Amino acid sequence: MNATLVIAKRELHSYFSTPLAYVFIVIFLMLTASFTFFLGGFFERGQADLSPFFNFHPWLYLFLVPALSMRLWAEERKSGTIELLMTLPVSLKSLVLGKYLAAWVFTGIALLLTFPIWITVNYLGAPDNGVIVTGYLGSWFMAGAYLAIGSCISAATKNQVIAFIITVVVCFLFVVSGFNIVLDWFTRWAPDSLVDAVAALSFMTHFQSIAKGVLDLRDVFYFLIVTLGWLLATAIVIDMKKAS
Amino acid sequence: MILIDKLTKRFGPFTAVNELSFQVAPGEVLGFLGPNGAGKSTTMKMVAGFLAPTSGTIAVFGHNVVDQPLKAKQMIGYLPEGAPSYGDMSTYDFLRFIGQVRKLNASDLANRLDAVVQQLSLQSVLHQPIDTLSKGFRRRVGLAQAILHDPKVLILDEPTDGLDPNQKHEVRRLIQNLSHDKIVIVSTHILEEVAAVCSRAIIISGGRLLADETPAALEARSRFHGAITLELAESAGAYPLLSRLPEVANSELSGPTQSRIVLFPKPGSNLFGSVNRMVHQHGWHVQEMHVERGQLDEVFRTITQGAAQ
Repeated sequence: MNATLVIAKRELHSYFSTPLAYVFIVIFLMLTASFTFFLGGFFERGQADLSPFFNFHPWLYLFLVPALSMRLWAEERKSGTIELLMTLPVSLKSLVLGKYLAAWVFTGIALLLTFPIWITVNYLGAPDNGVIVTGYLGSWFMAGAYLAIGSCISAATKNQVIAFIITVVVCFLFVVSGFNIVLDWFTRWAPDSLVDAVAALSFMTHFQSIAKGVLDLRDVFYFLIVTLGWLLATAIVIDMKKAS
Repeated sequence: MILIDKLTKRFGPFTAVNELSFQVAPGEVLGFLGPNGAGKSTTMKMVAGFLAPTSGTIAVFGHNVVDQPLKAKQMIGYLPEGAPSYGDMSTYDFLRFIGQVRKLNASDLANRLDAVVQQLSLQSVLHQPIDTLSKGFRRRVGLAQAILHDPKVLILDEPTDGLDPNQKHEVRRLIQNLSHDKIVIVSTHILEEVAAVCSRAIIISGGRLLADETPAALEARSRFHGAITLELAESAGAYPLLSRLPEVANSELSGPTQSRIVLFPKPGSNLFGSVNRMVHQHGWHVQEMHVERGQLDEVFRTITQGAAQ
Protein backbone atom coordinates (compact mmCIF):
# COMPACT_ATOMS: atom_id res chain seq x y z
CA MET A 1 0.00 0.00 0.00
CA ASN A 2 1.12 3.50 -0.80
CA ALA A 3 2.82 5.22 2.14
CA THR A 4 0.48 8.22 1.95
CA LEU A 5 -2.50 5.91 2.30
CA VAL A 6 -0.94 3.97 5.19
CA ILE A 7 -0.41 7.24 7.05
CA ALA A 8 -3.93 8.43 6.22
CA LYS A 9 -5.48 5.15 7.33
CA ARG A 10 -3.71 5.20 10.68
CA GLU A 11 -4.67 8.81 11.24
CA LEU A 12 -8.32 8.24 10.37
CA HIS A 13 -8.39 5.17 12.57
CA SER A 14 -7.05 7.20 15.47
CA TYR A 15 -9.91 9.71 15.13
CA PHE A 16 -12.39 6.94 15.71
CA SER A 17 -10.45 5.26 18.51
CA THR A 18 -10.87 8.39 20.63
CA PRO A 19 -14.08 10.29 21.45
CA LEU A 20 -12.91 13.07 19.11
CA ALA A 21 -14.66 11.72 16.03
CA TYR A 22 -17.98 11.12 17.74
CA VAL A 23 -18.05 14.44 19.58
CA PHE A 24 -17.17 16.27 16.39
CA ILE A 25 -19.79 14.54 14.30
CA VAL A 26 -22.57 14.92 16.86
CA ILE A 27 -21.85 18.63 17.38
CA PHE A 28 -21.57 19.18 13.64
CA LEU A 29 -24.91 17.52 12.96
CA MET A 30 -26.65 19.36 15.77
CA LEU A 31 -25.32 22.72 14.66
CA THR A 32 -26.09 22.22 10.98
CA ALA A 33 -29.62 21.17 11.84
CA SER A 34 -30.32 24.06 14.19
CA PHE A 35 -28.80 26.63 11.84
CA THR A 36 -30.78 25.30 8.90
CA PHE A 37 -34.13 25.06 10.62
CA PHE A 38 -34.06 27.98 13.08
CA LEU A 39 -31.69 30.62 11.71
CA GLY A 40 -32.02 29.66 8.06
CA GLY A 41 -35.82 29.48 8.10
CA PHE A 42 -35.84 26.24 6.14
CA PHE A 43 -39.60 25.77 6.37
CA GLU A 44 -40.68 29.41 6.31
CA ARG A 45 -38.92 30.05 3.01
CA GLY A 46 -41.19 27.59 1.28
CA GLN A 47 -38.51 26.68 -1.25
CA ALA A 48 -37.25 23.18 -1.92
CA ASP A 49 -33.53 23.81 -1.81
CA LEU A 50 -30.69 23.52 0.70
CA SER A 51 -29.31 27.04 0.63
CA PRO A 52 -30.29 27.69 4.27
CA PHE A 53 -28.17 24.62 5.03
CA PHE A 54 -25.10 25.52 2.96
CA ASN A 55 -25.07 29.23 3.75
CA PHE A 56 -23.97 28.59 7.31
CA HIS A 57 -21.14 26.24 6.45
CA PRO A 58 -18.40 28.90 6.22
CA TRP A 59 -19.28 30.05 9.76
CA LEU A 60 -19.63 26.56 11.12
CA TYR A 61 -16.30 25.48 9.70
CA LEU A 62 -14.69 28.58 11.16
CA PHE A 63 -14.85 26.98 14.61
CA LEU A 64 -15.23 23.28 13.95
CA VAL A 65 -12.46 22.70 11.44
CA PRO A 66 -9.72 24.36 13.55
CA ALA A 67 -10.78 22.05 16.38
CA LEU A 68 -10.04 19.16 14.07
CA SER A 69 -6.86 20.53 12.52
CA MET A 70 -5.23 21.86 15.68
CA ARG A 71 -3.94 18.44 16.66
CA LEU A 72 -2.65 17.41 13.23
CA TRP A 73 0.99 18.30 13.84
CA ALA A 74 1.04 19.98 17.24
CA GLU A 75 0.23 16.67 18.87
CA GLU A 76 2.97 14.82 16.98
CA ARG A 77 5.50 17.40 18.04
CA LYS A 78 4.34 17.43 21.64
CA SER A 79 4.46 13.66 22.02
CA GLY A 80 7.69 13.24 20.05
CA THR A 81 6.13 10.88 17.52
CA ILE A 82 7.16 13.34 14.81
CA GLU A 83 10.69 12.05 15.30
CA LEU A 84 9.47 8.53 14.77
CA LEU A 85 7.47 9.46 11.66
CA MET A 86 10.24 11.45 10.07
CA THR A 87 12.87 8.77 10.52
CA LEU A 88 10.71 6.23 8.69
CA PRO A 89 11.49 5.86 4.99
CA VAL A 90 8.62 8.13 3.91
CA SER A 91 8.85 11.46 2.16
CA LEU A 92 7.67 14.60 3.90
CA LYS A 93 5.16 14.98 1.08
CA SER A 94 3.53 11.66 1.95
CA LEU A 95 3.36 12.59 5.62
CA VAL A 96 1.77 16.00 5.02
CA LEU A 97 -0.66 14.63 2.43
CA GLY A 98 -1.48 11.50 4.40
CA LYS A 99 -2.38 13.34 7.56
CA TYR A 100 -4.28 15.97 5.63
CA LEU A 101 -6.23 13.38 3.63
CA ALA A 102 -7.36 11.66 6.81
CA ALA A 103 -8.75 14.90 8.20
CA TRP A 104 -10.36 15.78 4.88
CA VAL A 105 -12.00 12.39 4.48
CA PHE A 106 -13.23 12.74 8.04
CA THR A 107 -14.96 16.05 7.26
CA GLY A 108 -16.39 14.31 4.20
CA ILE A 109 -17.87 11.62 6.45
CA ALA A 110 -19.36 14.26 8.76
CA LEU A 111 -20.81 16.02 5.74
CA LEU A 112 -22.32 12.82 4.34
CA LEU A 113 -24.00 12.16 7.65
CA THR A 114 -26.15 15.26 7.09
CA PHE A 115 -28.09 13.20 4.52
CA PRO A 116 -31.37 13.33 6.51
CA ILE A 117 -31.63 16.98 5.51
CA TRP A 118 -31.36 15.96 1.89
CA ILE A 119 -34.02 13.29 2.40
CA THR A 120 -36.25 15.85 4.13
CA VAL A 121 -36.06 18.36 1.30
CA ASN A 122 -36.75 15.65 -1.26
CA TYR A 123 -39.71 14.44 0.75
CA LEU A 124 -41.19 17.92 1.05
CA GLY A 125 -40.66 19.08 -2.49
CA ALA A 126 -38.78 18.56 -5.70
CA PRO A 127 -35.39 20.23 -5.29
CA ASP A 128 -32.73 20.36 -7.99
CA ASN A 129 -30.50 17.54 -6.77
CA GLY A 130 -27.70 18.61 -9.11
CA VAL A 131 -27.47 21.88 -7.22
CA ILE A 132 -27.41 19.99 -3.93
CA VAL A 133 -24.59 17.69 -5.06
CA THR A 134 -22.62 20.72 -6.24
CA GLY A 135 -23.25 22.36 -2.87
CA TYR A 136 -21.96 19.34 -1.01
CA LEU A 137 -18.84 19.18 -3.19
CA GLY A 138 -18.20 22.90 -2.76
CA SER A 139 -18.65 22.62 0.98
CA TRP A 140 -16.20 19.71 1.10
CA PHE A 141 -13.62 21.60 -0.93
CA MET A 142 -14.03 24.59 1.34
CA ALA A 143 -13.56 22.40 4.41
CA GLY A 144 -10.36 21.16 2.73
CA ALA A 145 -9.06 24.71 2.40
CA TYR A 146 -9.81 25.43 6.07
CA LEU A 147 -8.02 22.21 7.01
CA ALA A 148 -4.93 23.08 4.98
CA ILE A 149 -4.67 26.42 6.78
CA GLY A 150 -5.09 24.62 10.09
CA SER A 151 -2.49 22.02 9.14
CA CYS A 152 0.14 24.68 8.52
CA ILE A 153 -0.58 26.53 11.75
CA SER A 154 -0.65 23.31 13.72
CA ALA A 155 2.82 22.54 12.36
CA ALA A 156 4.13 25.82 13.71
CA THR A 157 3.35 25.16 17.38
CA LYS A 158 3.37 22.43 19.99
CA ASN A 159 0.40 24.00 21.72
CA GLN A 160 -2.98 22.91 20.38
CA VAL A 161 -4.89 25.81 21.95
CA ILE A 162 -2.63 28.34 20.24
CA ALA A 163 -3.02 26.42 17.00
CA PHE A 164 -6.81 26.56 17.37
CA ILE A 165 -7.00 30.29 18.06
CA ILE A 166 -4.60 31.35 15.31
CA THR A 167 -6.34 29.08 12.82
CA VAL A 168 -9.72 30.61 13.67
CA VAL A 169 -8.29 34.10 13.17
CA VAL A 170 -6.63 33.31 9.84
CA CYS A 171 -9.71 31.49 8.55
CA PHE A 172 -11.86 34.39 9.71
CA LEU A 173 -9.75 36.74 7.59
CA PHE A 174 -10.25 34.44 4.60
CA VAL A 175 -14.01 34.48 5.17
CA VAL A 176 -14.56 38.19 5.77
CA SER A 177 -12.20 39.46 3.07
CA GLY A 178 -15.15 39.37 0.67
CA PHE A 179 -17.44 41.45 2.89
CA ASN A 180 -18.21 45.06 2.16
CA ILE A 181 -17.07 46.24 5.59
CA VAL A 182 -13.59 45.00 4.84
CA LEU A 183 -13.57 46.01 1.20
CA ASP A 184 -14.77 49.57 2.02
CA TRP A 185 -11.74 50.02 4.20
CA PHE A 186 -9.52 49.02 1.30
CA THR A 187 -11.28 51.13 -1.33
CA ARG A 188 -10.39 54.28 0.60
CA TRP A 189 -6.72 54.02 -0.25
CA ALA A 190 -5.96 50.94 -2.32
CA PRO A 191 -6.08 50.66 -6.11
CA ASP A 192 -9.03 48.75 -7.55
CA SER A 193 -6.87 45.79 -8.51
CA LEU A 194 -5.89 45.24 -4.87
CA VAL A 195 -9.50 45.52 -3.73
CA ASP A 196 -10.48 42.92 -6.31
CA ALA A 197 -7.61 40.70 -5.22
CA VAL A 198 -8.72 40.88 -1.59
CA ALA A 199 -12.32 40.17 -2.55
CA ALA A 200 -11.19 37.24 -4.70
CA LEU A 201 -9.37 35.75 -1.71
CA SER A 202 -12.59 35.25 0.21
CA PHE A 203 -13.96 31.78 0.82
CA MET A 204 -17.42 33.34 0.76
CA THR A 205 -17.27 34.67 -2.77
CA HIS A 206 -16.20 31.32 -4.17
CA PHE A 207 -18.38 29.18 -2.00
CA GLN A 208 -21.59 31.12 -2.60
CA SER A 209 -21.55 30.57 -6.32
CA ILE A 210 -20.84 26.86 -5.89
CA ALA A 211 -23.61 26.59 -3.28
CA LYS A 212 -26.03 28.14 -5.78
CA GLY A 213 -25.22 25.27 -8.09
CA VAL A 214 -22.86 27.17 -10.40
CA LEU A 215 -19.87 24.94 -10.71
CA ASP A 216 -17.32 27.36 -12.12
CA LEU A 217 -13.92 25.75 -12.61
CA ARG A 218 -12.30 28.93 -11.32
CA ASP A 219 -13.93 28.46 -7.93
CA VAL A 220 -12.82 24.84 -7.76
CA PHE A 221 -9.30 25.88 -8.74
CA TYR A 222 -9.37 28.56 -6.10
CA PHE A 223 -9.98 26.06 -3.31
CA LEU A 224 -7.45 23.62 -4.78
CA ILE A 225 -4.77 26.28 -4.98
CA VAL A 226 -5.43 27.59 -1.48
CA THR A 227 -5.26 24.01 -0.19
CA LEU A 228 -2.08 23.08 -2.04
CA GLY A 229 -0.43 26.38 -1.12
CA TRP A 230 -1.07 25.90 2.58
CA LEU A 231 0.01 22.25 2.42
CA LEU A 232 3.26 23.30 0.81
CA ALA A 233 3.66 25.85 3.59
CA THR A 234 2.99 23.04 6.08
CA ALA A 235 5.90 21.04 4.68
CA ILE A 236 8.19 24.06 4.83
CA VAL A 237 7.19 24.88 8.40
CA ILE A 238 7.71 21.28 9.53
CA ASP A 239 11.13 21.18 7.97
CA MET A 240 12.09 24.44 9.66
CA LYS A 241 10.63 23.81 13.08
CA LYS A 242 10.95 20.08 13.64
CA ALA A 243 14.01 20.43 15.83
CA SER A 244 12.58 22.91 18.30
CA MET B 1 29.56 0.89 7.43
CA ILE B 2 28.73 4.33 8.76
CA LEU B 3 31.09 7.16 7.83
CA ILE B 4 30.71 10.42 9.67
CA ASP B 5 32.91 13.23 8.51
CA LYS B 6 33.29 16.65 10.14
CA LEU B 7 29.68 16.61 11.23
CA THR B 8 28.56 19.96 12.61
CA LYS B 9 25.18 21.16 13.86
CA ARG B 10 24.45 24.68 14.98
CA PHE B 11 21.21 25.97 16.49
CA GLY B 12 21.53 29.71 16.01
CA PRO B 13 24.69 30.77 17.80
CA PHE B 14 24.90 27.50 19.74
CA THR B 15 27.07 24.73 18.35
CA ALA B 16 25.64 21.41 19.45
CA VAL B 17 27.96 19.17 17.44
CA ASN B 18 31.37 20.37 16.37
CA GLU B 19 33.33 18.71 13.53
CA LEU B 20 32.65 15.20 14.73
CA SER B 21 34.29 12.44 12.64
CA PHE B 22 34.21 8.70 13.21
CA GLN B 23 33.40 5.40 11.50
CA VAL B 24 31.50 2.35 12.63
CA ALA B 25 31.84 -1.08 11.01
CA PRO B 26 29.32 -3.97 11.06
CA GLY B 27 29.63 -6.08 14.19
CA GLU B 28 30.50 -3.13 16.38
CA VAL B 29 28.38 -1.97 19.29
CA LEU B 30 29.29 1.63 19.76
CA GLY B 31 28.58 3.24 23.12
CA PHE B 32 27.95 6.92 22.84
CA LEU B 33 28.82 8.66 26.07
CA GLY B 34 28.75 12.19 27.28
CA PRO B 35 27.20 14.46 29.86
CA ASN B 36 23.67 15.77 29.28
CA GLY B 37 23.71 18.33 26.48
CA ALA B 38 26.93 16.95 25.02
CA GLY B 39 25.38 16.48 21.58
CA LYS B 40 24.69 12.74 21.76
CA SER B 41 21.02 12.94 20.85
CA THR B 42 21.63 15.61 18.23
CA THR B 43 24.24 13.40 16.55
CA MET B 44 21.92 10.40 16.61
CA LYS B 45 19.04 12.46 15.22
CA MET B 46 21.25 13.50 12.34
CA VAL B 47 22.36 9.94 11.59
CA ALA B 48 18.72 8.79 11.72
CA GLY B 49 17.81 11.55 9.26
CA PHE B 50 15.57 13.63 11.52
CA LEU B 51 17.82 16.68 11.66
CA ALA B 52 19.83 18.00 8.75
CA PRO B 53 23.50 18.69 9.53
CA THR B 54 24.72 22.28 9.27
CA SER B 55 27.83 20.91 7.57
CA GLY B 56 29.70 17.64 7.20
CA THR B 57 28.49 14.32 5.81
CA ILE B 58 26.95 11.10 7.06
CA ALA B 59 27.01 8.02 4.85
CA VAL B 60 25.14 4.86 5.81
CA PHE B 61 26.38 1.94 3.70
CA GLY B 62 27.23 4.38 0.95
CA HIS B 63 23.97 6.33 1.11
CA ASN B 64 24.34 9.95 2.05
CA VAL B 65 21.68 10.71 4.64
CA VAL B 66 20.97 14.16 3.19
CA ASP B 67 20.93 13.26 -0.52
CA GLN B 68 19.34 9.82 -0.33
CA PRO B 69 17.34 10.01 2.87
CA LEU B 70 14.84 7.26 2.03
CA LYS B 71 17.52 4.69 1.16
CA ALA B 72 19.49 5.48 4.29
CA LYS B 73 16.35 5.38 6.46
CA GLN B 74 15.44 1.93 5.10
CA MET B 75 18.65 0.53 6.59
CA ILE B 76 18.22 2.19 9.95
CA GLY B 77 16.12 1.23 12.92
CA TYR B 78 15.82 4.11 15.35
CA LEU B 79 14.58 4.35 18.90
CA PRO B 80 14.15 8.04 19.73
CA GLU B 81 14.76 9.23 23.26
CA GLY B 82 11.79 8.36 25.47
CA ALA B 83 10.47 5.80 22.93
CA PRO B 84 7.55 7.85 21.56
CA SER B 85 4.64 5.91 20.06
CA TYR B 86 0.96 6.38 19.32
CA GLY B 87 -0.73 5.84 22.67
CA ASP B 88 -4.20 5.23 21.29
CA MET B 89 -3.03 2.29 19.17
CA SER B 90 -2.58 -1.25 20.41
CA THR B 91 0.92 -2.74 20.32
CA TYR B 92 -0.11 -4.95 17.42
CA ASP B 93 -1.68 -2.15 15.36
CA PHE B 94 1.29 0.11 16.01
CA LEU B 95 3.84 -2.47 14.88
CA ARG B 96 1.73 -3.34 11.84
CA PHE B 97 1.58 0.34 10.95
CA ILE B 98 5.36 0.65 11.17
CA GLY B 99 5.78 -2.48 9.03
CA GLN B 100 3.39 -1.17 6.38
CA VAL B 101 5.10 2.20 6.22
CA ARG B 102 8.37 0.32 5.83
CA LYS B 103 6.75 -1.58 2.94
CA LEU B 104 7.20 -5.08 4.29
CA ASN B 105 4.95 -7.42 2.29
CA ALA B 106 2.16 -9.21 4.11
CA SER B 107 3.94 -12.52 4.77
CA ASP B 108 7.26 -10.91 5.77
CA LEU B 109 5.39 -8.59 8.06
CA ALA B 110 3.55 -11.44 9.74
CA ASN B 111 6.81 -13.37 10.23
CA ARG B 112 8.77 -10.41 11.53
CA LEU B 113 5.91 -9.41 13.84
CA ASP B 114 5.93 -12.90 15.36
CA ALA B 115 9.70 -12.87 15.73
CA VAL B 116 9.87 -9.43 17.29
CA VAL B 117 6.98 -10.10 19.67
CA GLN B 118 8.84 -13.26 20.77
CA GLN B 119 12.17 -11.48 21.16
CA LEU B 120 10.75 -8.73 23.32
CA SER B 121 8.13 -10.85 25.12
CA LEU B 122 5.25 -8.64 24.07
CA GLN B 123 2.64 -11.43 23.79
CA SER B 124 0.77 -10.37 26.92
CA VAL B 125 0.27 -6.75 25.81
CA LEU B 126 -0.24 -7.29 22.09
CA HIS B 127 -3.82 -6.04 22.06
CA GLN B 128 -3.61 -3.39 24.75
CA PRO B 129 -3.49 0.31 23.93
CA ILE B 130 0.10 1.52 24.34
CA ASP B 131 -1.11 4.31 26.65
CA THR B 132 -2.03 1.72 29.27
CA LEU B 133 1.36 -0.02 29.27
CA SER B 134 4.08 0.34 31.89
CA LYS B 135 7.24 2.25 31.08
CA GLY B 136 9.20 -0.96 30.58
CA PHE B 137 6.69 -2.33 28.07
CA ARG B 138 6.52 0.97 26.22
CA ARG B 139 10.28 0.96 25.87
CA ARG B 140 10.11 -2.59 24.54
CA VAL B 141 7.43 -1.61 22.01
CA GLY B 142 9.80 1.16 20.90
CA LEU B 143 12.60 -1.36 20.50
CA ALA B 144 10.30 -3.74 18.63
CA GLN B 145 9.44 -0.95 16.23
CA ALA B 146 13.15 -0.27 15.65
CA ILE B 147 14.12 -3.87 14.86
CA LEU B 148 10.93 -4.84 13.01
CA HIS B 149 12.48 -4.60 9.54
CA ASP B 150 15.70 -6.32 10.68
CA PRO B 151 17.80 -3.24 9.94
CA LYS B 152 21.53 -3.25 9.33
CA VAL B 153 21.94 -0.23 11.53
CA LEU B 154 20.33 0.20 14.91
CA ILE B 155 20.40 3.54 16.68
CA LEU B 156 19.13 3.50 20.24
CA ASP B 157 18.91 6.71 22.22
CA GLU B 158 19.06 5.79 25.91
CA PRO B 159 17.26 2.46 25.50
CA THR B 160 17.48 1.52 29.19
CA ASP B 161 16.67 4.90 30.70
CA GLY B 162 14.00 4.52 33.38
CA LEU B 163 13.90 0.72 33.30
CA ASP B 164 14.27 -1.48 36.36
CA PRO B 165 17.40 -3.65 36.71
CA ASN B 166 15.71 -6.75 35.26
CA GLN B 167 14.45 -4.86 32.25
CA LYS B 168 17.86 -3.26 31.76
CA HIS B 169 19.42 -6.70 31.78
CA GLU B 170 16.95 -7.92 29.16
CA VAL B 171 17.53 -4.97 26.87
CA ARG B 172 21.29 -5.46 27.13
CA ARG B 173 20.95 -9.13 26.31
CA LEU B 174 18.83 -8.23 23.32
CA ILE B 175 21.45 -5.78 22.07
CA GLN B 176 24.16 -8.39 22.45
CA ASN B 177 22.14 -10.97 20.54
CA LEU B 178 21.43 -8.55 17.74
CA SER B 179 24.86 -7.25 17.21
CA HIS B 180 26.70 -9.97 15.28
CA ASP B 181 26.46 -8.51 11.80
CA LYS B 182 24.89 -5.17 12.55
CA ILE B 183 26.00 -1.74 13.52
CA VAL B 184 24.54 -0.75 16.85
CA ILE B 185 24.92 2.73 18.28
CA VAL B 186 23.70 3.12 21.85
CA SER B 187 23.73 6.31 23.83
CA THR B 188 23.70 6.13 27.58
CA HIS B 189 25.07 7.71 30.67
CA ILE B 190 25.07 4.49 32.60
CA LEU B 191 28.71 3.51 32.41
CA GLU B 192 28.36 -0.10 33.52
CA GLU B 193 26.25 -0.54 30.41
CA VAL B 194 29.19 0.37 28.22
CA ALA B 195 31.39 -2.27 29.82
CA ALA B 196 28.51 -4.76 29.56
CA VAL B 197 27.48 -4.43 25.89
CA CYS B 198 29.78 -2.17 23.89
CA SER B 199 32.80 -3.16 21.88
CA ARG B 200 33.80 0.45 21.55
CA ALA B 201 33.06 3.68 23.35
CA ILE B 202 33.06 7.27 22.19
CA ILE B 203 32.99 10.10 24.68
CA ILE B 204 31.81 13.50 23.50
CA SER B 205 31.34 16.72 25.37
CA GLY B 206 30.45 20.15 24.07
CA GLY B 207 29.90 18.53 20.68
CA ARG B 208 33.52 17.39 20.36
CA LEU B 209 34.98 13.92 20.30
CA LEU B 210 37.16 13.42 23.37
CA ALA B 211 37.86 9.70 23.38
CA ASP B 212 37.31 6.76 21.03
CA GLU B 213 38.49 3.47 22.54
CA THR B 214 37.45 0.05 23.73
CA PRO B 215 35.84 0.05 27.17
CA ALA B 216 38.90 -1.82 28.49
CA ALA B 217 41.27 0.84 27.18
CA LEU B 218 39.11 3.51 28.78
CA GLU B 219 39.26 1.69 32.09
CA ALA B 220 43.03 1.55 31.75
CA ARG B 221 43.10 5.33 31.66
CA SER B 222 41.79 5.39 35.20
CA ARG B 223 44.23 6.19 37.94
CA PHE B 224 42.66 3.23 39.70
CA HIS B 225 43.70 0.85 36.91
CA GLY B 226 45.79 -1.89 38.54
CA ALA B 227 45.38 -0.33 41.99
CA ILE B 228 44.90 -2.68 44.92
CA THR B 229 42.12 -2.07 47.38
CA LEU B 230 42.25 -3.95 50.65
CA GLU B 231 40.50 -3.83 53.95
CA LEU B 232 42.18 -5.42 56.99
CA ALA B 233 41.19 -5.85 60.59
CA GLU B 234 44.48 -4.09 61.37
CA SER B 235 44.21 -1.36 58.72
CA ALA B 236 45.50 1.47 60.92
CA GLY B 237 48.76 -0.29 61.76
CA ALA B 238 49.27 -1.82 58.34
CA TYR B 239 48.84 1.34 56.27
CA PRO B 240 52.28 2.90 56.98
CA LEU B 241 54.05 -0.38 56.19
CA LEU B 242 52.12 -1.06 52.98
CA SER B 243 52.44 2.45 51.65
CA ARG B 244 56.24 2.22 51.98
CA LEU B 245 56.50 -0.84 49.68
CA PRO B 246 58.90 -0.04 46.80
CA GLU B 247 56.24 -0.84 44.14
CA VAL B 248 53.78 1.71 45.54
CA ALA B 249 53.67 5.03 43.72
CA ASN B 250 50.94 6.53 45.82
CA SER B 251 48.45 5.48 48.47
CA GLU B 252 45.38 6.64 50.26
CA LEU B 253 42.83 5.66 52.85
CA SER B 254 39.18 5.69 51.92
CA GLY B 255 35.84 4.36 52.98
CA PRO B 256 33.51 5.64 55.71
CA THR B 257 35.88 4.76 58.58
CA GLN B 258 39.09 5.36 56.65
CA SER B 259 39.81 1.66 56.96
CA ARG B 260 40.09 0.87 53.27
CA ILE B 261 43.60 1.08 51.88
CA VAL B 262 44.12 1.93 48.21
CA LEU B 263 47.60 1.35 46.81
CA PHE B 264 48.51 2.74 43.37
CA PRO B 265 51.31 0.80 41.65
CA LYS B 266 54.36 2.18 39.88
CA PRO B 267 54.03 1.44 36.14
CA GLY B 268 55.11 -2.08 35.23
CA SER B 269 55.55 -3.32 38.80
CA ASN B 270 54.06 -6.44 40.35
CA LEU B 271 52.41 -4.85 43.34
CA PHE B 272 49.95 -7.64 44.01
CA GLY B 273 52.74 -10.16 44.76
CA SER B 274 54.49 -8.01 47.33
CA VAL B 275 51.29 -6.93 49.04
CA ASN B 276 50.26 -10.56 49.27
CA ARG B 277 53.64 -11.52 50.82
CA MET B 278 53.48 -8.73 53.37
CA VAL B 279 49.96 -9.72 54.43
CA HIS B 280 51.16 -13.30 54.98
CA GLN B 281 54.32 -12.23 56.89
CA HIS B 282 52.32 -10.20 59.39
CA GLY B 283 49.40 -12.57 59.59
CA TRP B 284 46.89 -9.76 58.98
CA HIS B 285 43.23 -10.62 58.73
CA VAL B 286 42.06 -9.77 55.25
CA GLN B 287 38.40 -8.74 54.97
CA GLU B 288 38.56 -7.67 51.37
CA MET B 289 41.23 -7.43 48.71
CA HIS B 290 41.01 -6.92 44.98
CA VAL B 291 42.77 -5.45 41.97
CA GLU B 292 40.85 -2.59 40.38
CA ARG B 293 40.20 -2.72 36.65
CA GLY B 294 39.73 1.00 36.60
CA GLN B 295 36.70 3.12 37.28
CA LEU B 296 34.87 4.23 34.16
CA ASP B 297 32.94 6.97 35.89
CA GLU B 298 36.17 8.49 37.14
CA VAL B 299 37.65 8.36 33.61
CA PHE B 300 34.44 9.89 32.29
CA ARG B 301 34.65 12.74 34.79
CA THR B 302 38.33 13.38 34.10
CA ILE B 303 37.81 13.45 30.35
CA THR B 304 34.63 15.51 30.22
CA GLN B 305 35.50 17.97 32.98
CA GLY B 306 39.07 18.36 31.75
CA ALA B 307 37.64 19.41 28.38
CA ALA B 308 35.26 21.90 29.96
CA GLN B 309 38.07 23.77 31.69
